[in-house]
Formats: sequence, structure tokens, C-alpha cells
Amino acid sequence: MSTRPPYDSESVQAPVLEPGHTYASVTDKISAIVLTRPTSLGWVVGFALTFTLVMVLTVSLAWLITKGVGIWGINIPIGWGFAIVNFVWWIGIGHAGTLISAILFLLNQKWRTSINRFAEAMTLFAVACAGIFPLIHTGRPWMAYYMFPYPSTMYLWPQFRSPLIWDVFAVSTYGTVSLLFWFVGLIPDLATLRDRALKKPMQIIYGMLAMGWRGSARHWHRYQSAYLLLAGLATPLVLSVHTVVSFDFAIAIVPGWHTTIFPPYFVAGAIYSGFAMVISIAIPLRKAYDLEDFITMHHLENMAKVMLATGLIVAYGYYFEYFMSVYSGNKFDLYLTKMRFHGPYSHFYYALILCNILTPQLLWFRKARTNIPLLFVMSLVVNLGMWLERFVIVVISLTRDFMPSAWGRYSATVWDYATFAGTIGLFVMLLFLFVRVMPAISIAEMRELVAETSEDHE
Amino acid sequence: MEHRSHIYGVVAEFPTPHELIYAVEKTREAGYRRIEAYTPFPVEGLSEALALKRNKVPLITLIGGLTGGLGGFFFQYWASVIAYPLNIGGRPLNSWPAFIPVTFELTVLGAALSAVFGMLALNGLPRPHHPLFNVQRFVRHATSDRFFLCIEARDPKFNVSESARFLKALHAAHVIEVEDD
Repeated sequence: MSTRPPYDSESVQAPVLEPGHTYASVTDKISAIVLTRPTSLGWVVGFALTFTLVMVLTVSLAWLITKGVGIWGINIPIGWGFAIVNFVWWIGIGHAGTLISAILFLLNQKWRTSINRFAEAMTLFAVACAGIFPLIHTGRPWMAYYMFPYPSTMYLWPQFRSPLIWDVFAVSTYGTVSLLFWFVGLIPDLATLRDRALKKPMQIIYGMLAMGWRGSARHWHRYQSAYLLLAGLATPLVLSVHTVVSFDFAIAIVPGWHTTIFPPYFVAGAIYSGFAMVISIAIPLRKAYDLEDFITMHHLENMAKVMLATGLIVAYGYYFEYFMSVYSGNKFDLYLTKMRFHGPYSHFYYALILCNILTPQLLWFRKARTNIPLLFVMSLVVNLGMWLERFVIVVISLTRDFMPSAWGRYSATVWDYATFAGTIGLFVMLLFLFVRVMPAISIAEMRELVAETSEDHE
Repeated sequence: MEHRSHIYGVVAEFPTPHELIYAVEKTREAGYRRIEAYTPFPVEGLSEALALKRNKVPLITLIGGLTGGLGGFFFQYWASVIAYPLNIGGRPLNSWPAFIPVTFELTVLGAALSAVFGMLALNGLPRPHHPLFNVQRFVRHATSDRFFLCIEARDPKFNVSESARFLKALHAAHVIEVEDD
């Protein structure tokens, strides 16, 4: 432990945990948010607003199931539309949570500690929102079980050569493993809440969830092995998920989709938007619950740097899409590139360049990275940009494929927007519930951090 | 001997992980073997002090991953080649590269499920009750800010008063008898 170099050798950076904290103080402060702090008016208002959006989602889904996908703007040739744009956007957002909890854990990055819990929760909720879209996009969601291999009386099996079936396996595995990872991380904290809860019902609920965890050294021994292995498993998993999502496009022959750069560029884009979303959540969260000691400037700055780095990879991906279409001389690809710059949806493409490539260049400057309101706005801009990216990929390619007779236009209907807004509401509402009933920061890992930082001073 | 059956052990409380590790080492040196430490976070060096062996979680995870991967691949093979062969322009039925994504996902799924459930099973969880939960100080501090060492009654060297005196001599902040029920 002591042989490790101090993690911020520049020493100008803010500390990862403000000094003066003890095991008891981190336990008290984090568990109090759940157990003793009165529910604030802001929480109630926020919850009510997002719950309203969830009602909008419910109505949209009910209407969709009643009438069919015709209520959306999709039609041949644009059969994908918002449903797939939103699916890819949501699943991408989830990736930052896994990256923070798994990859940064393997890389022994201490600053991950106070943000991994809610980032993992964000992953789960984003995957939940993402999962809605392919399901309802099938048109007959009650038949969705056809995609799973089950012994049917028709002796029918799924087509395992299809990326859409890969997607089913990738996304459901990702959801399951994210849930396991999150829950395993929660067990010691649930035990803390069980032992500190004042009311009997809370003790029973947290007690059941904690499963009798008592911090035994033998248990920790196996727990740490399991946690490390889960991190090791989640790392290739998270890379595979967006790779498989990109296969949905790249395996097809549609111009603008059929490129080998898609897997890495999709993964980078996913992490890019995910970190943007983590920043969008972290900034209000630390403000609302006075967690500035735990989620410090150090975290925000590091996340901003990851955002900048992945943003540059994404920019490289855009450039190479352009370069390959020009270099290949393929007339369909060339025409598609022309359509991106000058076609009917070119304003989306320019907005995308502005949001995803130009704006984040501000992050080169420390002044911008440490300006919290600016960083918050930029994280929203990047989220918007990443949504536009998926819109550009899905819609421009489908409206302009090979034959002019097969060209078309796409515009979303009010139900498209309502469903999308509804999932945003669902996502934020789940986050509101989460911070109210679960420790938003890993208490056990914060104690570990207290132990490590106090050792460093000795 | 009658008395012993009502006692689970003696537990000592320490304020820091260093004191706990020191106490664990001394307790083992004194010949106690059925001892267990309880900490609010994984303490580095504690497993070594307790001389814990390598655990079986990695092996279980490996077996789970192999089962998931091999099962996944051969299931796809069976479904695509034997159960439901589709002749698509004479392309090979065993198009194994196309089976890799699902094989990979199922490997990860099998390994992750067995890592988590293997860990829980080896730890004997869920176990809603434990004699240590009878100790007020343990409940209040073991998952928060204190470090505990328990000498269990099943240790052949165990004797309530003597073991308690031994732990006190190690500068334990509190030494408490644990009732069994």
C-alpha cells in the first residue's frame, strides 16, 4: 500500500476526500441521507414532476399497444426511427457506470469510490429505459419471448446468426451482470443501514436485503475475490455490449452503417455520453445532499478529462467515416456523406459537430473543467450531441439508401417525443427513489478510503 | 461444560485495524484457532493474519464461465445444425463465427452468476440471524467504525473467563461474552 505513489503527483489537484473524516463520520453522513434526513420539498417536487413524465410514458405505451407502431413517425424505408435512436442512446449512457465501477476498479483509481454507486444505479436505470424500446418496437411486445431460445411446440429456434439476437443476449446479460455488481457492492452498506435503522420495518427490509452480512473476515475474503472477478468480467462485457449494438448497424449493407470502425467508435461514444450523464447527475446530487466533501472537484475534473478523451476518439470516428467514404470512392457512401453535409437533415449533422466535437474542446482548459455550472451545461450538450449522433446514423442512412425510388423522409410524431420524454422521466424518477432509499455513495469503500488516506499521512 | 453450550464465544472490540491485526496475530500465537475477525470494510493484511487459505470463488467462477460458454456454443450449434437447419444459399450450417457473440455473453453471464452465488453460498448467506447480533455494541459498531475479534466457544482452548482475560490484555476497548440461543 505504501509503495504506491501518491495518486495526484501534481498536488495542485483537489483531494479525493476532504480531510478530517473518520469511519464514523462517513458512515453517519451517508447513512443519514437515507435514514434520518427529512424528505426535502425539492425531492417531493422533483419526484412529482418525473412521476408525471412516467405517467406520460404509461399513456404512450398504452396507446402504442392499442394502436400499433403506426402512431410513430416510422414507415418504410425508415423503419427504425426514435425507438432505435433512443435505445442506443440509453444503453450508451449506461456504459459509464460499468466503466467507473469495473475498469477504474481494476486500474486502482481511488477517485472512483464516491461516484461508483450512483453511476452503477444510473447504468441499471439506463438499461431499463433502453430495454423498453426494442421491446415496444417489435410491434407485438407480447410476443417478445420468441427471441429467447425456449422449447416451443413449433420446434422453432432463434436465428443465432442475426445481430438482433446477439443484442438480446448482450443487453440481457449486461442488465443482469450490472444488477449483480451493484447488489454485491450494496451488501455491506445494507448491513450498515440495517444496524442503524431506527424503525422496525426498515430494520426488517434492510435486514433481508443484507442477508445477514456481518463483516466477517472470511466473508470479506471471498467477497473481495468475487468483486474483483465481477469487475474483470464486466470490463470485456461492457465493451462487447456496445460492439454488439454497433453490429446491428455494421452487419447491414446500408451506406453509413457498413463500416468496421463502428464497434470502437460506438464504445467510445457510449462512454462519452455516459460520463456526460454521470456529471449531469453528480453536480445536482452533491449540491442537494451536501456531498461536496465526498464528490470533490477532483472527481468532476477527472470525469471532464475522460469526457474530453472519449470525445476526441468520437471525433476521430467521425473523421474516419468521412475519410473512408471519400477514399473508397464508393458512390453510395459518397452520396451519403454529401447528404450528411447538404441533405434535408444536415442541420442535425452540424448540430452534432457543434455539440460533440467543438463544445467539449473547452475542457482542455482547467478554468472550464472547474467551472461547475459550465461543466453541467456541457454535460447536457454532450448528451444532446450523442442523441443527435444516433439520429444522424439511423435516419440519414435510411432515408438515402441505394435507389432513389426507395428514398423517404422521417419526422417524429408527438407519441415519439412523449415516449422519449417518458423514459427520461422514468430514469430520473428511479434516481430520485434510489437516493432516498439506498446509500448513494458506497459507505464501506469510503471507510476504506479513510483508512488509506490516514495511512498516507502517517 | 454445561455453561459452554450457552456461550457462542467472547468478542473483543478494537478502535483501529492495526490493533485488530496485532490482536489477531497474538491470539493465533497463543494457540487459538477458532477465531474470527469482523470489520466494517476489508482490512488489508487481515486475511494473512488469520492465515486464511485461498478461497474457492475463482474456481467456481471458472467452472461457471466454462459451462456458460461451452453450453452456449453447443446449444447454438445444436439449434442451427441439428434441430432447425436453415439452408440459406448453401452456406454452412455450422457458421461458428456468428455464434461467438452469444457464446461470449453466456460465458460472462455464467461466470458472473456463479461468482456471486458461489460467494454467497460459501459464506453461508443469507443467514438472517447470528449469535453476534445479540451483542449491542457489535450491532452498533461492527458495520460502522469498530473492529471486532471473536474467540469462539468451539475452540479447544476456549474458556470464558480465561479467554476474556486474554483479550483484555491485548488492550481491547471492550470484551463481551456472546450468548448463543
